[in-house]
Amino acid sequence: MTEMTATPHKRHGTASDYVQLMKPRIMMLVVFTAVAGLVAAQGVTGHGMNPLMAAIAVLAVALGSGAAGAINMWYDSDIDLIMKRTSTRPIPSGAVPRDEAIAMGLIMSGVSVMLMWLASNWLAAGLLALSIFYYGVVYTMWLKRSTPQNIVIGGGAGAFPPVIGWAAVTGHAPLDAWILFAIIFFWTPPHFWALSLLAHSEYEKAGVPMLPVTHGAKATRVQMLAYTVILIAVSMTPLATGLGGWIYAVVTAVLGLGFLSFAVRVWRSKAGDADAAPADMKLARSMFLFSILYLFLVFAALIVEHGAGLHFPLRGVA
Amino acid sequence: MADETKPNGENFPVPEPLSPEARAAQRRRNIWLGLALVAFVVLVAITTMIKISTGTGIAERM
Repeated sequence: MTEMTATPHKRHGTASDYVQLMKPRIMMLVVFTAVAGLVAAQGVTGHGMNPLMAAIAVLAVALGSGAAGAINMWYDSDIDLIMKRTSTRPIPSGAVPRDEAIAMGLIMSGVSVMLMWLASNWLAAGLLALSIFYYGVVYTMWLKRSTPQNIVIGGGAGAFPPVIGWAAVTGHAPLDAWILFAIIFFWTPPHFWALSLLAHSEYEKAGVPMLPVTHGAKATRVQMLAYTVILIAVSMTPLATGLGGWIYAVVTAVLGLGFLSFAVRVWRSKAGDADAAPADMKLARSMFLFSILYLFLVFAALIVEHGAGLHFPLRGVA
Repeated sequence: MADETKPNGENFPVPEPLSPEARAAQRRRNIWLGLALVAFVVLVAITTMIKISTGTGIAERM
């Protein structure tokens, strides 16, 4: 952090500013994937969980995500001030003082982990604590400003929620839970790099070594394609273990083809290059938005299968 | 912050008076903090009651 973080207190923070501090859009995806893990665990293992306890466990995940977001915004307030996309965030805009943001992040971290432990078990609470640490410290304070692989390694932070959800129900984290982890882990690079192709000049200005900044847009597009291929392969593994059934198979196959189509077109485009056409940049943006839809629907398929009793595994059919 | 001197000679800081807008914002924050604390107490109470009533409250067989 630099001295630039001492921003003037321009206006008085509203409740909305404090909500923004928790990165609500990321929180929604985190909660959704945690619910998918929770529902799938009940469907696969036959374990049940008191609905109120399950709701409190999900709330704990949401609070943990918000806590990690607040810690991230506290630490990154200097570079957020530099980048146009993030300059309106609560700290750089002066709505929330930095010391309040870190206090909120730390207190919410403790509360979320404690609530998770009360509502479920120590494994889920420990994994939640680990994920907050991973995002708030490992990714934000260490990886983000030191390596172009920041998104790849840091993607692990966002991949924990389904494992936490699974552990909250069963007290264990078996292979199926880690497959869900792997899906989010390999989804993160093409998802985030699509965005960074659009904003690489801002990252460069802020001194953040995102892959398009350090290795160029072309190398980024190649890596996006490679990770998309890995993601599609990993997304199919639930079919082999029995975690995913026919609905999951159809959804994943269709969306996988769509994702691959975007990745190939972006790879062949000049998105992120200095001479990129507006259509190329639009394509990268479309891929970014499609990736969100992809993750949402893949996990929704699991929720529908295991939550609505529509799970018909492919294994044993042949 | 300005320093003033007590009658006994001890220095202490005197906080600047808050503007009405700042006071209102502080009041709103305090109300939200109070509500959050109440919510936390209620959640802990609920988990405790469920654990007591079910014996474990963690993960039961369906």
